[in-house]
Amino acid sequence: MSEIRIRQPQLLPESGPPAEPPSVGAHEVSAIRAFLLSRGNSALADRGFHWLMVLCALSIFGIVVLIACELMVRSRLAWGQFGLDFFYKAFIDTYTNKPMYWDPVNGHFSALPFLYGTLVSSFLALLLAVPLAIGVAVFLTEMCPGFLRAPLAFITELLAAIPSVIYGLWAVFVLVPLLREHINPWLISGLGWTGFFGDDNPTGLGFVAAGVILAIMILPIISSLTREVMTAVPNSQREAVLALGATRWEMIRMGVLRNARIGIVGAIILGLGRALGETMAVAMVIGNSPQIQRSLLANGSTMSAVIANEFAEASSDLHLSALMELGLALFIVTIIVNAIARMLVWAVTRGAPSSAH
Amino acid sequence: MLATVLVVAPLVAIFIYLVYKGASSLNLAFFTHNPVPVGETGGGMANAIAGSAILLGLGSLIGVPIGIAGGIFLAEFGRSTKLANAVRFTADVLNGVPSIVMGIAIYSLVVVPQGHFSAFSGGVVLGIMMIPTVCRTTEEMLLMVPNAVREAALALGVPNWRSVLAITVKTASPGIITGCMLAFARVAGETAPLIFTAFGNVDWSSNLNQPIAALPLQIYVYAISPFDEWHRLAWAGSLVLIILIVLAVSLVRFVTSRGVLKGAS
Repeated sequence: MSEIRIRQPQLLPESGPPAEPPSVGAHEVSAIRAFLLSRGNSALADRGFHWLMVLCALSIFGIVVLIACELMVRSRLAWGQFGLDFFYKAFIDTYTNKPMYWDPVNGHFSALPFLYGTLVSSFLALLLAVPLAIGVAVFLTEMCPGFLRAPLAFITELLAAIPSVIYGLWAVFVLVPLLREHINPWLISGLGWTGFFGDDNPTGLGFVAAGVILAIMILPIISSLTREVMTAVPNSQREAVLALGATRWEMIRMGVLRNARIGIVGAIILGLGRALGETMAVAMVIGNSPQIQRSLLANGSTMSAVIANEFAEASSDLHLSALMELGLALFIVTIIVNAIARMLVWAVTRGAPSSAH
Repeated sequence: MLATVLVVAPLVAIFIYLVYKGASSLNLAFFTHNPVPVGETGGGMANAIAGSAILLGLGSLIGVPIGIAGGIFLAEFGRSTKLANAVRFTADVLNGVPSIVMGIAIYSLVVVPQGHFSAFSGGVVLGIMMIPTVCRTTEEMLLMVPNAVREAALALGVPNWRSVLAITVKTASPGIITGCMLAFARVAGETAPLIFTAFGNVDWSSNLNQPIAALPLQIYVYAISPFDEWHRLAWAGSLVLIILIVLAVSLVRFVTSRGVLKGAS
């Protein structure tokens, strides 16, 4: 492995991402153009046009800032009432001595079960989707016969375009019955002893259903980004590993996956970002009850699902404000997750040669 | 490879099931009638289809000009300045914000001051969600236009703003339209933000100030209802929606694979 990596710098310059002809898409304004621009005689109109475009570009900033401010202002009530406790404390019901999380009637709100539900369903989805997505990407870039490549890429693209409500519809009428009749009994009898698969929920709804549908939904994103990153790995890398007598699998593992790993991690995080914010399909299959249970077959709820279900008919200002605070938390988390993912993917696909070693 | 088969199989299954279920319940009434109360058979989603069209039209009206202008800024003026990079990054971030969060933000920005749910607020949400996609594809397409074309225009004494609009943007227009279609297809199926902006409506409505029905919203309401007749309509609605989206995506693919800018360079 080490010899290969030492050779890397020499191999890279010949073939990177396809080099663009200098005039097309060059990022610097050429001298000729600058000269021509400087002697334009319609300064006023040009200036106006320029600023109009800047204004529109800035409005994108404005929108993000406006959303953030609005969410903050509207969630102040809940923030003032609960503070940080909102995110990690439960209320103990004085009658039953059991923890209460979300009780609009008495005005007790805690985000805990929703944080739990969002995390569990998203990680379940990643667990299922990541190996498959990488498998698909490897297949498409490294070993797919040419005639299959275009249709498969097209199908992946199409899948990303299917609205989540249709995934949800399919999940409700096909996936959930399938889980209920066949998969859940099997999980319970096989893995019930771990405590993660309790048999007290006969509906088939729950975290497992949500995880599976989320996995199907984030697969196309992860696999298409992984594919992009893997095609950015120069062919000389593959040839070098093969020339050393590696088998095809070793070539993929050492020559391709190893070089593309940062980008693949980025793709996975981007998929995570999508899973965290996904609403409709999850709201339709997760069961929507604000509780924390060890069993993955139990009903649960996620941050986005509870907003979708309760926002339009929130019973009090505090309720509304608590939902807004959930939204704000979701906003911040997805922004952070997306920012990290973008940086990782950019690091690989743009400055591919410099960051590969 | 096994993984691919494993992945493609359920996906193909979704499609086949959808087409089978949808086609068996699709009929003319679906396109011409409004929803009927529970218990009656028949009825359709005419109002929802019209409502979706209105919402998407409104969304495009808001999202497309701002998006294209942002793209022009990035490609023609900003290039690799700090401001342009920041805008690029923000657009990507905005693209990743969950639609439901966008929905509650617009709820408090538009619906609360207005005092009631309205088609207008739904259009605003969809428009904002279109901006990042339109912006980034416009930029990409404009960057593909050779500099020589711009220089030629400027050398003829054309003012810069006309050169940008009439030469550069025009050259890249097939690509830009493609980007708009892509954004359009993406928001066409959005449900979450419409729940508390457009809200839905069982009757015909074309008033922008009133709640309005939308196809994805109607599918959601019918899907979680306990009535078989409504489930049937939900499948039919999904089929219509998916056909629209597949058409848009195929068109995009067709245009991009033919090399939009071949004539230009």
